Amino acid sequence: MLKLPIYLDNSATTPVDPRVAEKMIPYLTEKFGNPASRSHAYGWEAEAAVEEARAEVARLIHADPKEIIWTSGATESDNLAIKGAAHFYSGKGRHLITVKTEHKAVLDSCRELERQGFEVSYLDVQENGLIDLDVFKAALRPDTTLVSVMFVNNEIGVIQPIAEIGEICRDKGIVFHVDATQAPGKLPIDLATLKVDLMSVTAHKVYGPKGIGALYARRKPRVRIEAQMHGGGHERGFRSGTLPVHQIVGMGEAFRLAREEMGAENERIRKLRDRLLDGISSIEQVYVNGDMEQRVPHNLNVSFAYVEGESMLMAIKDLAVSSGSACTSASLEPSYVLRALGRDDELAHSSIRFTIGRFNTEEEIDFAVKLLREKIGKLRDLSPLWEMAQEGVDLNAVQWAAH
Amino acid sequence: MAYSEKVLDHYENPRNAGSFGKDEEGVATGMVGAPACGDVMKLQIKVGKDGVIEDARFKTYGCGSAIASSSLVTEWVKGKTLDQALEIKNSQIAEELALPPVKIHCSILAEDAIRAAVADYWKKQGGG
Repeated sequence: MLKLPIYLDNSATTPVDPRVAEKMIPYLTEKFGNPASRSHAYGWEAEAAVEEARAEVARLIHADPKEIIWTSGATESDNLAIKGAAHFYSGKGRHLITVKTEHKAVLDSCRELERQGFEVSYLDVQENGLIDLDVFKAALRPDTTLVSVMFVNNEIGVIQPIAEIGEICRDKGIVFHVDATQAPGKLPIDLATLKVDLMSVTAHKVYGPKGIGALYARRKPRVRIEAQMHGGGHERGFRSGTLPVHQIVGMGEAFRLAREEMGAENERIRKLRDRLLDGISSIEQVYVNGDMEQRVPHNLNVSFAYVEGESMLMAIKDLAVSSGSACTSASLEPSYVLRALGRDDELAHSSIRFTIGRFNTEEEIDFAVKLLREKIGKLRDLSPLWEMAQEGVDLNAVQWAAH
Repeated sequence: MAYSEKVLDHYENPRNAGSFGKDEEGVATGMVGAPACGDVMKLQIKVGKDGVIEDARFKTYGCGSAIASSSLVTEWVKGKTLDQALEIKNSQIAEELALPPVKIHCSILAEDAIRAAVADYWKKQGGG
């Protein structure tokens, strides 16, 4: 029997892998020491566990363990990187560049800096969700100090050209931050070759616990940031606060498993994603959002024309997915990411993001396909827009009585 | 969003969903809303020679509450004269379906759909 609803929202969060949970538990009970306690064995044991986890996080991304700073998650890492670097280098310039499809943790950090007098350029993306390098180059200014571009987009799964952007930034002496929340375990990350200075990661998208993340801060050449959290000088002064050892241990184990298993796992997930896409692509007027080549295998974001988002989610309540056009209240607001792709008829679409993970099965995908085919047919039979489209009416030419 | 039992029932088992043939005698159509707002309702009424609504059909692009509001209205207008149909108020629809405040606009749209269908009927009858 399938357990309903079927979880296909692995980019929102993942379950903790049982192997990870098992490794964490002793650090809540017997091995509870504070790694900052230097005077006894409880502290030494905790510190050793923290350093082992730090080494595992570093290994997955080909970094030096000394370049890893623990944080509470990617939102904090983004804040620390963006505000920390912008402030540190503010004597040199006060212009930043980011992209319209970034996560709110990046966009809102930039907004805050704008309130403090910084200038920010928000780049458009192409129709496939990827940034145009010429547009990026044109936005660079002599006073640009920081560029922030995400590795993998959370809504549409597209992979931005991080290597190319890194080369350009390094060449011009601009700090380059990457929000890599959705990337570890999904594609190889080699910071020995990528010219990335700061990179945000989190545990709970990689089958680790919530509430723990890290910021990678390059040592060679050294990038400088101003601390945002002050206190006992933990993490070499970059981020004060007692380390949550059990969560850190969990993140280390999660990243170790990702390193060991990602090759085989991603092939399996790609097959499931393709099975899902094959299953629904025979439905008329289904559009994939975002580039299909430069994309992680876990993500499928599709728009179903002439079906309204909320009724769609109601119809497929046996699937735990997220809606691109989330009209969760009275205000119907299409996702700013999808809007940035520039589909002019997007308002008559409902978009669904499916994100497949380690624990999904073929049986679950088949169930999802069957349900989608059935429900989309039902909703379209009820849709006056579908009827008009079938009759050849151009919906953009109709004078709607907006209310 | 938690839906009431009645909204779920209309959503799962819509009453009178579909369309009448365009050229059928006595058929009038009201189309209200806009795709950009997330709701479009099409209500059709079939009016007999005696001025009584014999039958009704709907199609709705919108949330569950919008679908339920229009489904309910097709049941309510049947057997009513046009003037009686125009007396149906959005508050009655909202009350019957126990719509939350953020969904009141769905009931308003359903009321508008009745007005639009009746207006279309009168127009077709030569300006009424």
